[in-house]
Amino acid sequence: MRAFSYERAGSPQEAAAAAAAQEGAQFIAGGTNLLDLMKLEIETPSHLIDVNGLGLDTIEATAEGGLRIGALVRNTDLAADQRVRRDYGVLSRALVAGASGQLRNKATTGGNLLQRTRCPYFYDTNMSCNKREPGSGCAAQGGYSRQLAVIGGSEACIATHPSDMAIAMRVLDAVVETVNAEGDTRAIPLADFHLLPGDTPHIETVLAPDEFITAVVLPRPLGGQHFYHKVRDRASYAFALVSVAAVIQPDGSGRIALGGVAPKPWRNEAAEAAMPNGARAVISRLLEGATPTEDNEFKVTLAERTLAAVLAEARG
Amino acid sequence: MRFDSPAEQNVSDRMKVLGQPLRRIDGPLKTTGMAPYAYERHGVAKDQLVGYPLGSAIAKGRIVSMDINEAQASPGVVGIVTTLEMERLPKVDWNVAYLFGGRDIQHYHQAIAVVVANSFEEARAAAALIRVEYEEDQDAMYDLAAVRQERLSDDVEPIDDIGDFESAYASAEVTLDATYTTPGQCHAQMEPHATIAQWDGDHLTLWTSNQMIEWSRQALATTFDLPAENFRLDSPYIGGGFGVKLFLRADAVMAALAARKVGRAVKLALPRPMSANNTTHRGLTIQRIRIGATQEGKITAIGHDNATNTLPGGDGENGARATRRFYAGENRLLINRALEIHLPESNAMRAPGETAGLMALEIAMDEMAEKLGMDPVEFRIINDTQVDPSHPERQFSERHFIECLQRGAEVFNWASRNKAPGSRREGAWLIGHGVAGAYRDAPAETSGARVSVRPDGSIRVETDMTDIGTGSYTIIAQTAAEMMGVSLEVVNVDLGDSRHPVSAGSGGQWGAASSTAGVYAACLALRKKIAERLAVDPEALEFSEGYVRYNDQQTALSELASAGSITAEDSIEFGDFRSEEYQLATFGAHFVEVAVHATTGEIRVLRMLAVCDAGRILNPMTARSQVIGAMTMGVGAALMESLAVDTRHGFFVNHDLAGYEVPVHADIPEQQVIFLEGEDPYSTPLKAKGVGELGICGVSAAVANAVYNATGARVRDYPITLDKFLDRLPEIA
Ligand SMILES: Cc1cc2nc3c(=O)[nH]c(=O)nc-3n(C[C@H](O)[C@H](O)[C@H](O)COP(=O)(O)OP(=O)(O)OC[C@H]3O[C@@H](n4cnc5c(N)ncnc54)[C@H](O)[C@@H]3O)c2cc1C
Ligand code: SF4
Repeated sequence: MRAFSYERAGSPQEAAAAAAAQEGAQFIAGGTNLLDLMKLEIETPSHLIDVNGLGLDTIEATAEGGLRIGALVRNTDLAADQRVRRDYGVLSRALVAGASGQLRNKATTGGNLLQRTRCPYFYDTNMSCNKREPGSGCAAQGGYSRQLAVIGGSEACIATHPSDMAIAMRVLDAVVETVNAEGDTRAIPLADFHLLPGDTPHIETVLAPDEFITAVVLPRPLGGQHFYHKVRDRASYAFALVSVAAVIQPDGSGRIALGGVAPKPWRNEAAEAAMPNGARAVISRLLEGATPTEDNEFKVTLAERTLAAVLAEARG
Repeated sequence: MRFDSPAEQNVSDRMKVLGQPLRRIDGPLKTTGMAPYAYERHGVAKDQLVGYPLGSAIAKGRIVSMDINEAQASPGVVGIVTTLEMERLPKVDWNVAYLFGGRDIQHYHQAIAVVVANSFEEARAAAALIRVEYEEDQDAMYDLAAVRQERLSDDVEPIDDIGDFESAYASAEVTLDATYTTPGQCHAQMEPHATIAQWDGDHLTLWTSNQMIEWSRQALATTFDLPAENFRLDSPYIGGGFGVKLFLRADAVMAALAARKVGRAVKLALPRPMSANNTTHRGLTIQRIRIGATQEGKITAIGHDNATNTLPGGDGENGARATRRFYAGENRLLINRALEIHLPESNAMRAPGETAGLMALEIAMDEMAEKLGMDPVEFRIINDTQVDPSHPERQFSERHFIECLQRGAEVFNWASRNKAPGSRREGAWLIGHGVAGAYRDAPAETSGARVSVRPDGSIRVETDMTDIGTGSYTIIAQTAAEMMGVSLEVVNVDLGDSRHPVSAGSGGQWGAASSTAGVYAACLALRKKIAERLAVDPEALEFSEGYVRYNDQQTALSELASAGSITAEDSIEFGDFRSEEYQLATFGAHFVEVAVHATTGEIRVLRMLAVCDAGRILNPMTARSQVIGAMTMGVGAALMESLAVDTRHGFFVNHDLAGYEVPVHADIPEQQVIFLEGEDPYSTPLKAKGVGELGICGVSAAVANAVYNATGARVRDYPITLDKFLDRLPEIA
């Protein structure tokens, strides 16, 4: 870990201003991802801006009938919120399927969206990695890629986004709210929030360096049945091989997003039209053009089968 | 004392304290955090500095240059030791890879430098500033399957070549020829390798975490070219080892080198991400098994050809090991190909050889039973043997494998199992049942102890035996309490210190049997000494309730020792009869029920039962803990554990506990363990054998067989992850 300076921000805008004022500054929320990466010198911030204690830890009803989740609401609290459990079951289930109880107690809503990939080569600083060191190459290509993306990747990077929470939020059409150093705010649909790697896998979201997430807004509840089916090699405490977040309506229509397969939560509204035709039809649209490796081609079948399991459960 | 003939009735047979399900005596210290592990021994040496290691970024080649200037100038740095400052340090034979010194790189994350600083953070930050230039060898081989293919025609001296395997196999009525693979496995012990080192002139003290104190003391003598007497090791608490702490490792060597350089005590722990590639792993295996049998199910031919990876000088994971002795069959051809592959060092991990071997053999037995249309329990029973098949003149001292199978089948209700693979469904889940046999040798090694009666009437036991979480403290205390006729509470046990008599140490499942026998010997010596003081025949003495009773008289132990402790020391040595005339081993049967999601392939273990035949059980509670821990590890090996090899760069990619998955609580159901009543007088005076390694043998195959039984999809490549059989599950709508 490199030496860094540290400050506590007084307000969201001050936090953003502090980030603008110093190159290499980063926000720290729960620290469950950032600190690990700093220990390995994968992240080397020169300055940390502690955003805990900004009062962004509440969940409020919105005028539109949805919920505004403060960026510092802990994953545990969000998953346990009565309104979330009742109206956004897919989110609650996705959260508790992630990490462990101890981690969820620290992890925050904003930090979860911005957690970085679990590609093993990203974690080993002896290996080339375009995400960690732009232009150095991608050791995962042709290497051990069982966990990596089957779609949305590029020659430069095939990492997945590991968040479970984000998959559910994508299905719910959540919107990310931010503020910058000037006090300008914007609302970014989650669909547009994460970027595909292209030639610049180190740029992962549309956020500007001084842009601070204040909240995530959930639109009005969708009704329907909510599912989050996460498949992994052990029963708990592992990242998804494939996960399916789904909200399914009584008439068989619904929404679905996939985790574990792409650099961002993977959803395609057009594919959802095929819902009444079954899992295979939906997945063949949703994963059309997939370019899996030999190690992870099973994920395409697994996605199909996991959605089939969800649909079967929905039928009861 | 020599153990030259089978044990007869003796004091240990009282079984007042021994054999009782007693809680471990070190439990309160551990659960309250008061048991100090190596890295936390802040009080043992003053002014401790912190070392942080640097591992090689390449797998094979040499270091061209190292630039430490920036690191040296980094805040808090006190000194740096690099591998280029010295020739490659000598090693003893049981270490396969070299630990430090010289330019040559043998494996990824080989230790090449250690930075010493005032704080951990400073040392770590500085270590990242060392610049190393390497020259990589182009001829390195990292792919076991490819090397095996190339070298299949090599002439290898078989382990056993008995009868005429090839013709017996060719003419057998029913045959199986299948190849199984097991991946490299990581010990993944909770406590990393850690050492605090301090020199006093040319004497070195290491507070460390090590299973085999004397081996490591000898290794230090070789490595540092000083007499063994100059080294003291102290390792009272060990947070798991499973074989990865059998030997001197780089943590201790680096701490010692660093402490010498800076002239102060230095502590160092191997960072978790460095552990998998810097230390040892269970080698990978590719095992071809051929079995021939009669229609009635009698095995006539058994062939086991194991290929495994090793660095020069090692054996790798010899999968054919258990096959030597487990089942009958007149024609046998067993081969171990230890192939030179430039991955990190493969070496002992819990039941080395047997674990990986039985993962394969016990699937093969299941496949054979199916071909024969037999109950796999019955098939195993038919092929039991009471003599060592590789030396038929040798009997097994005790072998109750059939009872293990029968008792297990009854308790598990095997009769009501799913009989046709893939046919039992409960909701979304396919239900399956599997069985497998377990075999593990029961070695014993010379082991010594010192026992005292102290003025307060308490008993102190000192031995360099270690407790790696197994319960050594407790069974040693039980032995002393039994022998000296006192209650467990007044026995004080001090372990893991090289100043104490040399013990067998913890490894190869010999620890419990050997070390308690050593304590038995020392207690007999103490009883004799007391008899001499009282001028009575030792046979006439009775020790009970803190008293020595003889000829209607009694004296309290505290009174006897009122003028000062009475101490005796002895060691047990095992005569050749134990290994030459008899084969000593432990046996077991595992029964497992699983559910496999019919659509997604997710696997959940529902029930596990182990029946063990391991001689006298010294403490059913600690023995059970050993076995359920081993069963858990077996589930890991069956379903998830695998060191992923990057065959281009020659290293294990998933080298942390996020990437290398071991079972979590949610993976493990209720586990039942039954120990058959029994004793093995050929083993030790206490008639005991080990259980810690037996417990893992066969478990994984029982799980694998259950998954097959649930789904009808046979997977011969561990771990059995869903990607390997997804396409064979029922069609989806
Ligand atoms: C062992 C382990 C297992 C895990 N398993 C899972 C799993 O199965 N599923 C899963 O989804 N996750 C898993 N996680 C990841 C975990 O969910 C994330 O670490 C956590 O959500 C990150 O939140 P945080 O608040 O701690 O973020 P931090 O570590 O504090 O920050 C992460 C990043 O977000 C930035 N940031 C934080 N808050 C803001 C903000 N308000 N505005 C702008 N930038 C911000 C920081 O600058 C940093 O770059 C696991 C983590 C660990 C360590
Ligand atoms: S896949 Fe992406 S994160 Fe992984 S090594 Fe390649 S560039 Fe780095």
